[in-house]
Amino acid sequence: MEAQSIVRRLAPVVITAAALVGLYFLLQALIAPYAEGISLTSKIFFDRLSSIGKLLLGILGGLALVEAFLYQLFFRKPRNIGASIGTRILQGGIGLILLMAFVDFFETTDLIRLGNGFISVFFHFPLTMYASINSFLVATKAATTSNAGIFGGSTLVFLLIVTLVAIQWMSQPRVSRTGLAYLLVTPAFIGILFLIIYPFMFEIRLAFSNASLGTQATKNASYGLIYGWQNLKTLFTGNVAKDAKFLDVFLRTILWTVINVTFHVSGGMVLALLLHRPMKLRGFYRTLLIFPWAIPTTIAAMALRNEFDNRYGLFNILLGDLQNWLTMISQHTASIIAVGNAFNFLAQHIGPVSWKQDPFWAFVSILISNIWLGIPFMAVIILGGLQSISQEYYEAAEIDGAGKVQQFRSITLPLLRPVLTPAIILGIVWTFNKFDVIYLVTQGGPQEKTDILVSSMYKAAFEFYRYGFTAMFALVVFVFLLIFTLFYLRMSGGLKSATE
Amino acid sequence: MTTTTLRKPVGNPFGRFWRWFFHRARGDSPFKRILIHTALIIACIIAVYPVLRVVTISLRPNDTLLTTSLRIIPENATLDNYKEVLFGNLDQHRKSDFFLWLWNSFSVVAVTSVISCILAAVSAYAFSRFKFRGRSVGLVFLLTTQMIPAGMLLLPIFIMLARLKMINSPLGLIIAYAVTSVPLTIWTLKGYYDTIPIDLEEAALIDGASRLTVFTHIMLPLSTPALAIAFLFSFMGGWSEYLVARVVLQKNDMFTWPLGIFTYAQQFTVAWGKFAAASVLIAIPVMVLFLYSSKWLISGLTLGSVKG
Repeated sequence: MEAQSIVRRLAPVVITAAALVGLYFLLQALIAPYAEGISLTSKIFFDRLSSIGKLLLGILGGLALVEAFLYQLFFRKPRNIGASIGTRILQGGIGLILLMAFVDFFETTDLIRLGNGFISVFFHFPLTMYASINSFLVATKAATTSNAGIFGGSTLVFLLIVTLVAIQWMSQPRVSRTGLAYLLVTPAFIGILFLIIYPFMFEIRLAFSNASLGTQATKNASYGLIYGWQNLKTLFTGNVAKDAKFLDVFLRTILWTVINVTFHVSGGMVLALLLHRPMKLRGFYRTLLIFPWAIPTTIAAMALRNEFDNRYGLFNILLGDLQNWLTMISQHTASIIAVGNAFNFLAQHIGPVSWKQDPFWAFVSILISNIWLGIPFMAVIILGGLQSISQEYYEAAEIDGAGKVQQFRSITLPLLRPVLTPAIILGIVWTFNKFDVIYLVTQGGPQEKTDILVSSMYKAAFEFYRYGFTAMFALVVFVFLLIFTLFYLRMSGGLKSATE
Repeated sequence: MTTTTLRKPVGNPFGRFWRWFFHRARGDSPFKRILIHTALIIACIIAVYPVLRVVTISLRPNDTLLTTSLRIIPENATLDNYKEVLFGNLDQHRKSDFFLWLWNSFSVVAVTSVISCILAAVSAYAFSRFKFRGRSVGLVFLLTTQMIPAGMLLLPIFIMLARLKMINSPLGLIIAYAVTSVPLTIWTLKGYYDTIPIDLEEAALIDGASRLTVFTHIMLPLSTPALAIAFLFSFMGGWSEYLVARVVLQKNDMFTWPLGIFTYAQQFTVAWGKFAAASVLIAIPVMVLFLYSSKWLISGLTLGSVKG
């Protein structure tokens, strides 16, 4: 029995290992003959692995140090007065060095400029210390210039650990009720601080500057309210990207969002209602219907761009066939004048469309693309919401003699609301900000007639390099979205239950 | 011992099909059933046909790439495009970057998803189970970050990465991706944690377990499905991302696959065949994974982020 159970326990491991070895040999057999034609070599492979490993180690190590520091703040208290003074001094020192490191980071990335005064020397203290440790190590031949950074860095980390151990030794445990919560939130908060709050502040500063390609981004840029005013004036009176005006693009964005979200929600609702019943092939249909969601957006958008080709694209082929068919019918029914004329009229007006050159049809093409891409997501969400509604409501309504429409209006819709409200808010915001489809299908063309706000913004920044202007543009769009969302939330009281 | 008797099929084949098809049709009339099935079949065709067209293009021989034929399997179907995408054009000593792109993409996205899942799992627990100062402000703030237009943070992050000399490095891209996925992941996971009854934890706490033990031994195992969904979501989000990658990565050997397959589309003559072949090769594993996990995706979505 014992032996059997060991076999049982080891079997999955052995099978997995065998499968991996088999896969390896299979790859060898299939790919090795062609290895010459493949640019990914094992060297590149492992280089990448090690650089990413280093990044992960660095992040985890840094977080661990910060967490240890916070842990001592919340869960330890000094043993006596002497220890108390020592602890506070050490903790204050660490806090100060952390602050200085932050300021240094801000300066390196050009958020603030310290100049050459006393403040600058003060805040550069950690950098100076680091540099002097490095040069000391090099001078004593303990390290070469190439790896002095690693040694210097580890020395600093070592000093920090020693300090933390000292604090730990001088303290005793303490009970904290919310300490753990802060400890748990801190890593995410640090990430968000660096990646959202910091860039946001940077954006505000950039909005009041004349940064552009000519000023080498922020290197030679000047800052001041006057530049902010100029950017704002250009935004509302001048050209947004190349020759589009703000108001046009803004109205188009609203139209884009409203049409998309309406179709997503109603299309999703129809599909969900169709699927929400016991029937054969349900899983099969559902699987097929979420294809547009499952396929990577980039591929789907490029495929659709191909289908909007004037001659070889699917849509024009179909429209052309339809036209031929209508013409044929009109010829066959020519004897009955009214019918023949009607079909003739249709045949003359329905036909291949120039998707790329006509602004209106270009806009329709991006709408079709995005609607096709977005419906499955809504359908899935609504289906989930429908499944959570108890069947008893409908049975009761049926007994009371309510019709299907009435049931839908007074049971389904209200009970779907908790699911629908956040989905619609996020849908609106995402659609408002979604421009990869536009960028990939029409690239905003012809003549920027299919650009929405965010795609013009992207162009202004990364095709025309108008950095300061783009920052102001982005701020205006953000403020607009924020106002909309707050208004919507106030109206629907949507988030109350979720945050409480 | 009871013997299970299989009911023998009776009647003509058509009748059998009829009964099989409308077997559970209690409320709806057959006519309505047919209507519903027809509507669903049409919707399925609309959903699937454009995807199939990509497969068709990838199978076309190079001289008939441009055709107005609507056949799904083209005449003279060939796998040449696939061979060229995978193993390069050996004659002209041009190498295939396909595996390099995949590895670039995979390494960046996998690390991003791991980082954001860890960060989110931990802080979502705090948001779900503790009352601390700044909690609701924090939650609303996380949702507010979703209003920030993509292009808005892209510019400062681009300048920041340029200053830190991290342009053209996968590390820069990892950082840029992690931002966008962390806030929503926190929301999803927080919603899921809220549905797990608190009694379990309280029992464990009374038995003397620490908060940390409770988290690692009760919460994490119970929330595995939600974690898997969160991982899948941030993976999918980063996997096919194009615009940020285009800004951050400018050297060919750092390209992720969306940038890579665009080199086919941007050549002097657009290589649609190769583009389609590469797309199919990339999309198949992703779609299989996605469709396979769609059941959990649905439950996770409705339990998590969109729980009112």
